[in-house]
Amino acid sequence: MLTISTGNKAVAAAVKQAKPAVVAAYPITPQTEIIEQIANYVAAKEIETEYIPVESEHSAMAACIGAAVAGVRTFTATSSHGLLYMHEMLHWAAGARLPIVMANVNRSLGPGWNIWAEHTDAFSQRDTGWLQVFVGTVQEAYDATLMAFRIAEDERVILPTMVNLDGFSLSHIMQSLETVEVGDFIPPHHLTHAIDVDNPMGYGPMTGPKDYYRFRWDIERSMRDAKTVIAETEAEFASRFGRKYGPTEDYRCEDAEVVVVSMGTLGREAEVAVDILRNEGVKAGSMRLRWFRPFPDLDLKGREVVVVDRDYSFGFGGVVAASIRAKTGIECYNVIAGLGGQEVTYDDIAEFVRTRRIGEEHWFGVSE
Amino acid sequence: MYEIRIHSRGGQGGVTAARLLALAAFRDGKYATACPFYGAERRGAPVVSFVRIDDAPIKVYSQIRGPDMVVVLDASVMDTVDVLQGLKPGGTVFVNSEKPHAFPGFAAYNVDLTGIALAENLAIAGTPIVNTPFLGAAAKIGLVSFESAKQAIREMFQDERNVKVAEAAYREMIL
Repeated sequence: MLTISTGNKAVAAAVKQAKPAVVAAYPITPQTEIIEQIANYVAAKEIETEYIPVESEHSAMAACIGAAVAGVRTFTATSSHGLLYMHEMLHWAAGARLPIVMANVNRSLGPGWNIWAEHTDAFSQRDTGWLQVFVGTVQEAYDATLMAFRIAEDERVILPTMVNLDGFSLSHIMQSLETVEVGDFIPPHHLTHAIDVDNPMGYGPMTGPKDYYRFRWDIERSMRDAKTVIAETEAEFASRFGRKYGPTEDYRCEDAEVVVVSMGTLGREAEVAVDILRNEGVKAGSMRLRWFRPFPDLDLKGREVVVVDRDYSFGFGGVVAASIRAKTGIECYNVIAGLGGQEVTYDDIAEFVRTRRIGEEHWFGVSE
Repeated sequence: MYEIRIHSRGGQGGVTAARLLALAAFRDGKYATACPFYGAERRGAPVVSFVRIDDAPIKVYSQIRGPDMVVVLDASVMDTVDVLQGLKPGGTVFVNSEKPHAFPGFAAYNVDLTGIALAENLAIAGTPIVNTPFLGAAAKIGLVSFESAKQAIREMFQDERNVKVAEAAYREMIL
């Protein structure tokens, strides 16, 4: 069905079709609309989901973990400080190999108190063992949420998955949305290591130095396998529903001499910047990084790279630029822009490219 | 791409006006986005929201700086806000007002949306609803078809009075 929707409601629509047995959630701006909408579905009996309103995000994730351990499909949504409050439980969800799906509406971290888009909240959870995908449109928020359940629950993965969308600029914008008949695209969830609730017993989870690292390696092995599973899932999604996705969304990159790498909504804005630059005779392209964990293999050889980081690691640099440098050995021009919802237009992005100084870092709006 | 900036006061339904307009444009077969500018908004404070309409998919998320049209749902906002800021030369201004306002160099329209809403007793907590009658005015100006305007209203509201006020605005506005 073709309609228009906010990013938040698109996520909720996908969750409804994935039919999680348990949703445990705590509200936080700008995510609240997601869990409100799911609560509406539950109240109207449109889905048979146990909805657990909890007193904190830590408990929301703990409740999802409890339900997931019993082998059922679970979902929650959060943002910013809510995500940080879950931190300990995020490690637990991945370590216990629970394919929980969560939407994180990217928002800056206080203080100063700010409710607008930034990616630092998600990046501060990058080492938890969660898969992380970042979307750029309302349609993609819906599609990626559907695929997240399938990818997380694949027996080659069995890891929790976080769908990230920009606060307000995507969570609250209205765009067209085509919903699909999911059919058997998301098969029933079966967790082989689920506890048997009818046969209760005690477990000793202590894992000594001789074994612990094996479990860690097993997470990494699944992360590597996840690349294949993601590619397969996205290919099947394309053949079933007609919309193609990949680890990156590339725009006019084939012959590009300079490529802008960015994430989320800025990656769409960057495509407009590329058109402007092309009209000026600059061979520019845009690469919107969709998957951050597992981090994809990027084809950037022989090109100048401008990375727009909507995040920062203090005392080091932009997280995306640092990742690209580490994985590809390519030096970038790193622009820090869009923090806390800072307005960044396609003209600004075009100017980043025109004034690029490879190897340097520039904070947009700051004059030293 | 046609870009519209809507000025209103917090609680007046400006965001819903943007969403209704985008939905109507979408039902016309266009691409449309509606985005509120969320700031330190509170009831009664001047707020803005944005609508973009195009024949091609819209990739721009940043705020509208050079709109083709400005919509003023509360004329008193003009006392403190320069609503014409960035408006393209020859652009369009619509004001919810009984009396016409002069905007030299721009095409100006007005109709009394508040009066139309009050005539139908259409108000929430004492605040007249001006966004659904605005859709009638938007259709008259030609932003969207009148059929799609009415369809959008029916998709978002149960109360048929919302369609009646849109019809009244469509009828009463003079081009």
